[in-house]
Amino acid sequence: MNERYSRQELFAPIGSQGQSKLTKKHVLVIGAGALGTGSAEVLVRAGIGKLTIVDRDYVELSNLQRQQLYTEKDAMQRIPKAIAAKERLTLINSEVEVVSHVMDVSVEELEQLVKDVDLIMDATDNFDIRMIINDISQKVQIPWIYGACVGSYGITYTILPGQTPCLNCLLETVPMGGITCDTVGIISPAVQMVVSYQTSEALKILVEDYQSLRKKLVSFDLWKNQHAAINVDKVKNEECLSCGEKRTYPYLTFSNQTKTAVLCGRDTVQIRPPKLADRNLESLAKILSQQEGKVSLNPYLLSFSVGHHRLVIFKDGRVLIHGTKDIAEAKTLYHRYLG
Amino acid sequence: MELVINGDRLEIPNKVETIYNLLQHFELEQKVVIVEWNDMILEKELHQETQLCDGDKIELVHFVGGG
Repeated sequence: MNERYSRQELFAPIGSQGQSKLTKKHVLVIGAGALGTGSAEVLVRAGIGKLTIVDRDYVELSNLQRQQLYTEKDAMQRIPKAIAAKERLTLINSEVEVVSHVMDVSVEELEQLVKDVDLIMDATDNFDIRMIINDISQKVQIPWIYGACVGSYGITYTILPGQTPCLNCLLETVPMGGITCDTVGIISPAVQMVVSYQTSEALKILVEDYQSLRKKLVSFDLWKNQHAAINVDKVKNEECLSCGEKRTYPYLTFSNQTKTAVLCGRDTVQIRPPKLADRNLESLAKILSQQEGKVSLNPYLLSFSVGHHRLVIFKDGRVLIHGTKDIAEAKTLYHRYLG
Repeated sequence: MELVINGDRLEIPNKVETIYNLLQHFELEQKVVIVEWNDMILEKELHQETQLCDGDKIELVHFVGGG
């Protein structure tokens, strides 16, 4: 028995056979924020063969309360999360091959990243990228584990192509959120709980103990002491365009993606959601007014100034991010405040 | 009316008559929610017309994006 993994091998459902399977597996973690750092640490300590982790952002002081791989030094030096994560993960377990990319993941990047991958862990913070992950997972037949949290609430579901409903079956429409971790906050235990659910399911998949998978959509609220679990098998939709018989993988096509453009000479990036829709600016103003920034509203648009950036949100859903020419930075701000 | 929501027995005001009213009561009507009503998943189109009865067992799971 390998001493390093002895306690995990003593756990009968894994055993030495499971451990040797783990060492041959490659997991892709998309996002290196709260969920991503949590999942990556569990998987690397467990001794998987290879971990790829990608993120477009850098470490900030406000991350340290819950993003477990980062230090004050990373925040001071604004180290990209993918780089700081890799450094820490390699110190934890040098036997695992850790690959990291500082990258804004969209369709093209993901098509490359999923090569030779056994499992995709969702550690993202928005549904645009999750719908792309969902379509890719169906296209290349790789399972993925949805996980998300905000406040003291968390939710997770394991998606197995060809067996379970996919995220598109479950959602039907992509939620246009108003609450995010940057608007209503997040407590670390909610993150850890989602990570625990996600990584337990991951270990089952990686040791090929499919019988033991949870099969239910789970949510919890650690502050309100609530827990819910629903068997969603019946939600699987044969007409689903992502996983049904006449699948077209709609989120891999250009027209369904969130589009960004740098506005010439204006130090501004425009973000245009795939479907223009009426945004409720009044309720958004209420949420954003609890933030540090300054909110002003007129019948056509909402303006929100924070730091040296200004977000202008139009009723049709378009957003201008002033104060940057960097698309990745603009997207980060967009998802931080608008979900 | 007494309902069992996510495993907890809760007293719900009588003005809450339908599943849709219940989602409003919990401020979930704007969110993407999966509703299980007496062990059966309820499609969104049925939220408005499904009347609640004393003792109904309901599981509510709403989607969030953060992480």
